[in-house]
Amino acid sequence: MYANSHVADTPLRLIALLFIFFSGTALAVPEIEHWTTSKGGRVYYVKTEGLPLVDVRMVFDAGSARDGSLFGLASLTSGMLDSGAGDWDADVIAQRLERVGAVLGTGASRDSAYLSLRSLSHPDKLKEALETLKKVATQPTFSVKDFERERNRVLLAIKQQGEDPGEIAEISFMKTLYGDHPYAHPSEGIRETVEKLTPNDLKVFHREKYTVRNSITVVVGNIDRLAAEALADDLLSGLPEGEVLPALADPIDRHEALTVKTPYPSEQTHIYSGVLGFRVNDPDTFPLYIGNHILGGSGLVSKIMEEVREKRGLAYSAYSYFLPMRVPGPFEIGLQTKNASAEEALDIAVRTVRAFIEKGPSDQELEAAKKNIIGGFVLRLDSNQKLISEVASIAFFQRPLDYLNTFTQKVQAVTREDIKRAFKARVNPDQLKTILVGAGGEKPSH
Amino acid sequence: MLLRGFRIALFLLPFSLEAGEPQVFEFRLDNGLKVLVQEDHRAPVVVSQVWYKVGASYEHDGITGISHMLEHMMFKGTQKHPPGEFSRIIAANGGRENAFTGQDYTAYFQMLEKSRLPVSFELEADRMRYLKLSEVEFAKEHQVVLEERRLRTDDQPRSKMQEHFDSVAYSNSPYKNPVIGWPEDVAGLTLEDLKKWYGLWYAPNNATLIVVGDVKPSEVLKEAKRAFGGLKPSMLPTLKSQAEVTQLGLRRMTMKVPAKLPHLVMGYKTPSLKTAADEKEAYALEVAAGILDGGNSARLSSRLVRGQQLAAAAGASFDLSARLANLFALEGTPVEGKTVDVLEAALKEEIRHLRDELVTLDELQRVKAQVLASHVFQLDSTFYQAMQLGTFETVGLGWQKVGEYVDKVNAVTAEEVQAVARKYLVDEGLTIAHLDPQPLPEGAPQTDDAAIGGGHVR
Repeated sequence: MYANSHVADTPLRLIALLFIFFSGTALAVPEIEHWTTSKGGRVYYVKTEGLPLVDVRMVFDAGSARDGSLFGLASLTSGMLDSGAGDWDADVIAQRLERVGAVLGTGASRDSAYLSLRSLSHPDKLKEALETLKKVATQPTFSVKDFERERNRVLLAIKQQGEDPGEIAEISFMKTLYGDHPYAHPSEGIRETVEKLTPNDLKVFHREKYTVRNSITVVVGNIDRLAAEALADDLLSGLPEGEVLPALADPIDRHEALTVKTPYPSEQTHIYSGVLGFRVNDPDTFPLYIGNHILGGSGLVSKIMEEVREKRGLAYSAYSYFLPMRVPGPFEIGLQTKNASAEEALDIAVRTVRAFIEKGPSDQELEAAKKNIIGGFVLRLDSNQKLISEVASIAFFQRPLDYLNTFTQKVQAVTREDIKRAFKARVNPDQLKTILVGAGGEKPSH
Repeated sequence: MLLRGFRIALFLLPFSLEAGEPQVFEFRLDNGLKVLVQEDHRAPVVVSQVWYKVGASYEHDGITGISHMLEHMMFKGTQKHPPGEFSRIIAANGGRENAFTGQDYTAYFQMLEKSRLPVSFELEADRMRYLKLSEVEFAKEHQVVLEERRLRTDDQPRSKMQEHFDSVAYSNSPYKNPVIGWPEDVAGLTLEDLKKWYGLWYAPNNATLIVVGDVKPSEVLKEAKRAFGGLKPSMLPTLKSQAEVTQLGLRRMTMKVPAKLPHLVMGYKTPSLKTAADEKEAYALEVAAGILDGGNSARLSSRLVRGQQLAAAAGASFDLSARLANLFALEGTPVEGKTVDVLEAALKEEIRHLRDELVTLDELQRVKAQVLASHVFQLDSTFYQAMQLGTFETVGLGWQKVGEYVDKVNAVTAEEVQAVARKYLVDEGLTIAHLDPQPLPEGAPQTDDAAIGGGHVR
């Protein structure tokens, strides 16, 4: 995570970074209500008061891990939803939303695709916004003209990744770590496969994946339960029942160290290094999460930041994280440093990880981490926006409904031994897959 | 406040909030520290921010980037607390903290469970007057900031282009310099420079303390007096005006840099709310930006991205809350097969429409509906509310203007939009920059050839 940002003209980036929070008390935990519609749709609802707004999020098991061989299919399908639906074109859809001030978002990650709507709770405005959301989610047209245009925009975005050494390194890291697994390719796809996509591919993907049984719907805001029930029933009434998709295969660990150096004419070398991490709901979730908080997940006070930045001034940003996913997501160490320091900075980061795995955290470090996480738990739920993200994650990953209520107890229960054992079992520093992109990498010898 | 990127969260019709408009309480301590408090009792949290009236636009040639460098050093210890302890104490109290520097401000913040507010006050008061600037810490942090520059600017073709663009668009306004500073200037900063800069600007009478959250204003005031009340005020320097000279004709630049895509940036000289002779002009420019780029139905998306299919992306922005006069900016990336020249002509054509024709009532209503809704949406974030109060107060507009925003935008007419377009969106005050992408050296990876990951393996 970045610290001491300067926000010359990019405040949005600052905000995005600030809100990557992890934390957990029994203080003011909102009650999550959950029900299943007659057609099998799972709905999650939290009532909030004080502001006249409603947030709705629909999440589908329709992320890029479901692309098959057509990398980029899930992402383009999601990206095109608001380009045309029913007999409305993109202009009509946008005008309908914007004249009531509503904001619609769509997106796809590896595990899931979502539609999000933020609207005023004023009945007429909310009604118009919801009608629009429903049509966009359920009757996208994927017309040839819109398809060609949006695909060309994606191809250009893919091309642009080539001017960003950080993007190149991240793409390379996932490919190296995941091999042939569906997590290996970037969500937006690659040129060869995106070029092959057809509107029909998107129509079929939408029909098969955007279904009731393959969805969760979250409603948060100033709306009562009966209205939330009606809202969810109506939204889902436009979707086929469908079927729950088969589980994703586990990624295959290569059990060997690997270093990939890619020359790039940049001032800095971007470095990523890591191994396969853990899946959501793994029994070692808390020891691994708290351990990483100490190691590289707590900004300026983490061990990696202390060694790389605070003691040596080698990087602006240096961190590590686990990204829990449907099947094991990555454990990743990341930093960027001037080309001449690449080897040194990498060595220091890896040595820090090794020492942590060997010795585990000190009592003092564990205590400090628990205080930070537990003391900051309330910050995790202090806006509707944060609340809906938390609830959507609980819902999509089928975490227990009392996840937030028991969070701080589980943090409190973690011991030094738990962390040491879990890290030893999950992170083998002799098998790190390491990517260096920059002028600090050796020139290719061939 | 209308910093670029926040537009979506900003965008009102006469409408009454069920919760009522938030009320701001203003206090001033004897030493000059201004304290603003806004209550929000939805969650037991508080955000606390200290804003200093100093930033890149306060800097003179040769020491650009010093405000940002000093921001970094503010985490490096005081007479009372060793380096890094500020962050450790906040972390141990469950808090999040950081800081940011802009052209017109330097600000520090913490977000905490509400009972921890005094912890934040104690630490902020301590570093307001008692920062310990050491050679050892400076040597390291100097390197960190140079790394930050490489990361954010040097290796980012478009950031680099923006930096060069600003230096061409402005003649004498300090906005011509980047916030992070020119590389030579940053490299040449010394501990003595920082000590002097800290001594000049860090004082209670040059700061605003902003608290938003589950608090009582009277309690906040009591704690603020206890923590900050004993700090001595300074004799503050008088800031020179440095108002930009009138531009007398079109300026053009090309930037050749290794990159994959061409890009276009255009900027028209305009007043900000602070500098406008008639503040209506600033609100009208704000609406003009919303007409062009206030969502997917706005003109640039509808006409240039979808209709004519010239742009892969296009945007317009106007920063209402700048301390000095600035730019009404347009930018875009042409689609494959179209040139920046063609896109430039199309953007100029859109500006011509704003000058020659009245915007439609539908469009005006759309912008106003978005402003209304966004006003409510942004109340969901205590941090954002504190940001707005801090920005308006620090640039000298006064926090009261935040509360006026919705009504003022609502009062803007189609004729006023046309009038500002005719007055300001003209070639005499225009600067245009083209990014002319140069090939990357041979051997560099091609993301669009899917070669990534097949590099040298050892």
